[in-house]
Amino acid sequence: MSSFPLLSILIALPVVGAIVVLLAPRKANVARGIALGFGTLGLILAGLLWHSYDAAAGTLQFVERAAWIPSLAIEYHLAVDGFSLLLLVLSALVTLISIVASTQVKSRPSLYFALVLLLEAGLFGTFTALNFFHWFLFWELSLIPAFFLIRLWGGPKREAAATQFFVYTMVGSVTLLLSFLALYLATGTFDFSALAQMAQQGMLLPAIAAHFSGNSSSWLLLIFWGSFLGFAVKIPIIPFHTWLPEAYTEAPTAITILLTGALSKMGVYGLLRIVLPIFSEQIRWMQPLLLWLAVLTIVSAAAAAFAQRDLKRILAYSSINHLGYCVLAIFAVAGSTKPIESSAALSGAALQLFNHGVTASLLFWLVALLEQRSGGKRSINDFGGLRATVPAFAAIFGIAAFSSLGLPGLNGFIGEFLIFKGSFALATWPSSIAVLGLFITAVLYLTVVQKVFTGPTQERWNGMADLSGRERIWIAPLVLLMFVLGIFPQLVLGLVNGSVSLLVGQIR
Amino acid sequence: MLAWTVYISFVAAALVLLVPPRYTSAIRWFALLSAVGGFAISLVAMIANPAGAPVTLVDVPWIPSIGAHYWLSADGISFALCALTGLAATTGILFSWNIEHRVNEYFALFLALIGGVYGVFLANDVLLLFFFYEIAIVPKYFLISIWGSTNREYGAMKLAIYSFVGSAMVLFGILSTYMLTSGVGFGLPDLARHALPHAQQMWIFPLIFLGFGILAGLWPFHTWAPTGHVAAPTAASMLLAGVVMKLGAYGCLRIAMALYPAALEPWGFHIGWISSWRDVFALLAVIGIVYGAAVALVQQDFKFVIGYSSVSHMGFVIFGLMTLTGIGLDGAVLQMVSHGILAGLLFAVVGRMIYERTHTRMLPDLEGMGLASRLPFATVIFVLAGMASMGLPGFSGFVSELQIIVGGWSSYPWLTVAVGIGIVIGIAYTWRVMQRAFFGEQIVSIDRQTEKHEFLPITWPEKAGSFLLLAATLLVGLFPSFLLTRIATAFASPFFDGLRQGRW
Repeated sequence: MSSFPLLSILIALPVVGAIVVLLAPRKANVARGIALGFGTLGLILAGLLWHSYDAAAGTLQFVERAAWIPSLAIEYHLAVDGFSLLLLVLSALVTLISIVASTQVKSRPSLYFALVLLLEAGLFGTFTALNFFHWFLFWELSLIPAFFLIRLWGGPKREAAATQFFVYTMVGSVTLLLSFLALYLATGTFDFSALAQMAQQGMLLPAIAAHFSGNSSSWLLLIFWGSFLGFAVKIPIIPFHTWLPEAYTEAPTAITILLTGALSKMGVYGLLRIVLPIFSEQIRWMQPLLLWLAVLTIVSAAAAAFAQRDLKRILAYSSINHLGYCVLAIFAVAGSTKPIESSAALSGAALQLFNHGVTASLLFWLVALLEQRSGGKRSINDFGGLRATVPAFAAIFGIAAFSSLGLPGLNGFIGEFLIFKGSFALATWPSSIAVLGLFITAVLYLTVVQKVFTGPTQERWNGMADLSGRERIWIAPLVLLMFVLGIFPQLVLGLVNGSVSLLVGQIR
Repeated sequence: MLAWTVYISFVAAALVLLVPPRYTSAIRWFALLSAVGGFAISLVAMIANPAGAPVTLVDVPWIPSIGAHYWLSADGISFALCALTGLAATTGILFSWNIEHRVNEYFALFLALIGGVYGVFLANDVLLLFFFYEIAIVPKYFLISIWGSTNREYGAMKLAIYSFVGSAMVLFGILSTYMLTSGVGFGLPDLARHALPHAQQMWIFPLIFLGFGILAGLWPFHTWAPTGHVAAPTAASMLLAGVVMKLGAYGCLRIAMALYPAALEPWGFHIGWISSWRDVFALLAVIGIVYGAAVALVQQDFKFVIGYSSVSHMGFVIFGLMTLTGIGLDGAVLQMVSHGILAGLLFAVVGRMIYERTHTRMLPDLEGMGLASRLPFATVIFVLAGMASMGLPGFSGFVSELQIIVGGWSSYPWLTVAVGIGIVIGIAYTWRVMQRAFFGEQIVSIDRQTEKHEFLPITWPEKAGSFLLLAATLLVGLFPSFLLTRIATAFASPFFDGLRQGRW
């Protein structure tokens, strides 16, 4: 047990940053500068945690535990394992990218950057919490800044988009809260580890039977669906996704980076940390349905992306598709008796989370840069032959696009490969159909690249400025990261291997 | 030392009354200082008494011929509620900083009201409690009828009449008890120990509970509350919803439930599923929660939304009391504190920050004013207060509502589900009023004057009051154990033996 509360400091850091931003002079560059500073500090601290984490063991480390509200068995319980740490680092990275990309905040920049930092705090908190009460506190905490960021700085249809986002996520949160309230009433604990242990030892069912009249299996199933709904809305899983295209499109693009790069990961993390350990049996009962939901998500999101013209909408649907693979993997491993395949699938899911976070952030950032140069236009029909006008931009976009479609050598490939390697053995038919998603995505990105960057140029874009020196400096590390992860995925896999093995052992 | 909160308030009230009204600044500061003094004393007393065990402050004979004592004592519940009173008094005065009309009388009445409230929370003699309770009604009437707004004479009169009817019922119950116990006197601990026969408790309890319940906003006797709150000036609304309604709930707990616990047991016959007074009041409380929330959802006047939300939130308190579990009762008292803070915050924004500047509370009008950009401070405060009112974790409402739900589940599962529905409706009406009042698109007016109209900037007392209340709700929300341990100790004390009977 670490005596130095590193995790609490990590969570407190962006909150302090938000307060500093609000108290500082109300100028855009000052606010952004402070936010950049705190974002960088957060990334450094997260990196330090990665470095000091014993990945081989894969256990929960940096534990902080204190009684908080004893009457309700609510503890202040923080810890990280490989998965949490991976997502902590990703959140810090994505937030930093988002802040860097926020160069065009016209009104109330202090409030904007304060909200971004508060959102980061919510993310950090969600990925480190092990007791439902304060996990839920941070889950909700991330909802509010996101809502206001869309509502106040978004595009023309921002009110509807923000409201839809809020209502959908809130409904999911309510069912999640009710489910865990029911679990608390039955078991007397809000602690995730304790509940997982009870589930594995088969003690959940008797506990429910003792406190709820009626069929306890049905109750537990209902509780599972309640929790599932909360995460299904967040990831999202089709058909609970309808808030996403609007929200992603209407949000200022720098915020879309945060939404896709970090907030969507909260949902998948929830499945990994909460649903899989506690509700393994229920997933097994419902496995066919859940797997086909995942496949539906993968394939129809890719197809829907293909039908779009707005670059942001294309990327939004594509995000749903990419996370669908993670969901497929998680549902496939529940109750599996093949540890090697399960480990592959889960490692792949973790890697895919990280890679998608990086790649999607870069793609949306590039769209933001394009928007700035084109005066707000971002339909693929508006452009053509940009390769000649802005070669550096085209090259970077091409790299990111190829990574997104899973070209070997770039970071997007290994995650999807591992997921399929594992899932084919565990859920053959769903995985086979899911491959369609890969094909459609490949065609999608090639089409996008072709329409935007090749073919006849348009007169009006002849004067478009290429990436500036400063932009190249900011983007270069990301591109480098994408190559490095593509060639040495072990960097990430090494972090999660231990935790994956532990998780696989838990859910057999 | 805690008894000084009462004395300071009344003495300050008297002194303020003597100052000529033109010395507005001196009067305000003096009133503020006395309120802060009371608040500080309450906080110190609470911190200095970590166990929260009951402690007698004063006990001297008052009316020896009938055995009434001037007996003040405090336990964990009193500490929590006195701290709330101090906070409400301080922030109420801060939000009254702009009163210009008959300032000395205003603050005198305000302080007298506060004094009465402190007295009720500290009184350990039934007659004394009743005495302070009645003292508190008179200032309320005048505060509303002189300094109020919409329908103020009607609102003030309605409030006064409902309060007096309630008090009459309580008085009847108290006097009956006095005569039936013959010789025990009026001391609360004595009466708790010498419980009346079962049959007599059965008819006295509902009388007293209902009498206090009227002031607590128990459905369907709540109708004075929205009218009264809307009519009252801002600080009076803050006090009314924040503290005075809690007097009713406190009376329900301290007198009705503690002294007549046998009345909560089953009657022996059923009316549908209702088989005891406990069921009756639990049901009424939950109806109040859902009804209050549903009606708030359709209001067009901003302040009416908040008024009905108060009725809804008080329903939680009464339901919590009826759960008769340690966790539910603690939650009920915590909800008293939490809602006291939040009601203060909400009314402060609606009344002081918005209404005094826009001169309208009608949502359709506010919608076209684009308040989010023109009054950003008020917007932020209301958003935070709204989130807290919705029951978002991190704020005080979440813990208290969670405890009440957990407590209610074992005895009233279906009612608890209804409470959950009430919470969801609560999210809806808070959301709706936030959207409509602050985030409407600003209508560019043809009238040049309206277009160029700049609102008066937010003054320092408004900021100070807002920050105090926000800090309080966050503190209670993040560190509720501070209050919960003291409240739990109070419920474990011998005074509640009759009520407890091994339940917790």
